[in-house]
Amino acid sequence: MRAWEAFERLPFPSTTDEAWRRTDLRPMPRHSFALGAASSPEVESALLRPLAGEAHGALLCLTPGLEPRREGGKDLARRDVIFTDWASAVRDHAPQLERALGQAVADDEDSFTALAAALAVDGVVVYVPAGVHVAQPLHSVFWAPGADRAFFSRVLVVVEDGASVTFVHETASPSEPGGHALHAGIVELVLGAGAHLTFVELQTWGDHVWNVTHERAIIGRDGRLDWIFGAVGSRLTKTFSELNLAGQGAEGRMSGFYFAGGTQHLDHDTQQNHLAPHTTSDLLFKGALVGRGRSVWQGMIYVAPGAQKADGYQANRNLMLSPHARADSIPGLEILADDVRCTHGATVGQLEEEPIYYLMSRGLPRPEAERLVVDGFFAPIMDRIPFDGVRARFGRMVDDKLTASELRG
Amino acid sequence: MASALEIRDLHVSVQGKPILRGVNLTVRQGEVHALMGPNGTGKSTLANTLMGHPNFEVTHGQILFKGQDLVGLEPDERSRLGLFLAFQYPVAIPGVSLANFLRAALNARRRAADPEDKGMPIPEFRKLLKQKMDVLQMPYEFAGRYLNEGFSGGEKKRAEILQLATLEPEIAVLDETDSGLDIDALRIVASGVNDLAGPELGVLVITHYQRILNYIKPRFVHVMLGGRVVESGGPELAEHLEEHGYDWIREKAGEAAAEA
Repeated sequence: MRAWEAFERLPFPSTTDEAWRRTDLRPMPRHSFALGAASSPEVESALLRPLAGEAHGALLCLTPGLEPRREGGKDLARRDVIFTDWASAVRDHAPQLERALGQAVADDEDSFTALAAALAVDGVVVYVPAGVHVAQPLHSVFWAPGADRAFFSRVLVVVEDGASVTFVHETASPSEPGGHALHAGIVELVLGAGAHLTFVELQTWGDHVWNVTHERAIIGRDGRLDWIFGAVGSRLTKTFSELNLAGQGAEGRMSGFYFAGGTQHLDHDTQQNHLAPHTTSDLLFKGALVGRGRSVWQGMIYVAPGAQKADGYQANRNLMLSPHARADSIPGLEILADDVRCTHGATVGQLEEEPIYYLMSRGLPRPEAERLVVDGFFAPIMDRIPFDGVRARFGRMVDDKLTASELRG
Repeated sequence: MASALEIRDLHVSVQGKPILRGVNLTVRQGEVHALMGPNGTGKSTLANTLMGHPNFEVTHGQILFKGQDLVGLEPDERSRLGLFLAFQYPVAIPGVSLANFLRAALNARRRAADPEDKGMPIPEFRKLLKQKMDVLQMPYEFAGRYLNEGFSGGEKKRAEILQLATLEPEIAVLDETDSGLDIDALRIVASGVNDLAGPELGVLVITHYQRILNYIKPRFVHVMLGGRVVESGGPELAEHLEEHGYDWIREKAGEAAAEA
């Protein structure tokens, strides 16, 4: 109820807001969306394959309007690990939920968080009690096909002191030519002292979806987060991802892979907040663009007063595969401590002819030569991903984008 | 029958400016030729035109190879026909390992020959690559490094010869392969080329200096000047150039031009 009031109070974002300067929501037909069930319940089976390892510890598939589907994970409950959908969590684990919810992302950060907080019925809760190591990766898919609807989702991951887990979450739908849909999401990650989380987040929305997500991680003393993003879908995406290194010695690594084609617009705001001494952050985002694809990356490293010996790094690299594509890359530093090491870099480059000629001179046809250069461009991101399945998935995403751009000419 | 690369009255322009003005040269499988000449006479233009660099425009003439005119063919088609260029300045390809690249290049050849081909099995490829690397005294970890990235001058040239050895062309053009090499690196590279030279391979060594010809012995030596081959002879021509420089050729060519 409070979240709904916040939505009524908060203004709709406009391009005069700094965070929204490069991402325009005006073409979004926001009054034509209705809450509703997914148009088709059948999840693409490819999305349900394990991505992080040979098998998953448990798989959860959420489809708006349908009962969640769940496979495996029977042994999780024995160790008091919660891996469940939102409704079940509210019913069975209200105390844990109440304690953690909204700790990382407040309901009233903007009108989208307010909407998601007020209206999200689909969501995933991961809760790993202190000292528990979940060996098999957890995997969830939010599948929301259909046009003229609005979908809302939440993800809450709590990894208590000394616990560890790997979690893969994908949001997806097939494209609805000519249609529109909205997804607003909240992702909250809370890591206790010495906790380890590897979180892989894949965004493969159909190209009719307007997608706005607010995400924040809070990492306690000596905790470590390995946060991997893959974004290739949606018509327009605006993601806010924030890393709060709250405890001394906390570490966060953010690795982003994106590929925009057609008229897609992918905008990612990242914030690395060093709030305690001896904290380390390392961000690398790499993206390619074809067609009239557009990307925006705006990153900020913030070092709070007293957060001495902070070590922050951010780099964003873009590869333009079409003269009509565009990438904006805006790094930033705000450092209020004096004994720190912070570096950043941002580049936007074209596919150069000399490397292609060189590869072709060894017998590779042009498309293969180009593909090899693109693969080489993404190699530093792939090297940061510890899962063959995720890397293979990214490889197929590159295939699909390049094939689609060839078809469109 | 041995394949031959026949360059006939080749005229080439770069951005409208004529660089090659009627080159004639034939290299057959099994022969080693040297093409010498001062800087700026069109040697590298010739090398890259043979390979099909998009910036070089053939305005007249032919490049015949295996009964086809290469002019108009893409670089990959020329490569798969059996032509190879060892680059003067090999470009770095970040993120692509030498091994992955070579396997892709081999498989592209196999697929062109047979669209159903599934590619060379990895163990077979590894064995082949190790064997070739041994010849060039290259440590195996070299294969895992990104192509030409952070390679020293000598490493780049060795990697070029490794590619030559692996792809087994019929005609190889070595563009200033000796430049930037110290004497030890030059010896290794030259002995690698000598191991490959034989009835199956024709070599055109393009060089500014005579030095490399102490290690790779050509049967034919040509001199290029002002975008033309102005003098051809045997190994003694290279020695004569080493002793007397290019001036006498310039004078001779000048007289010939005046007479014409």
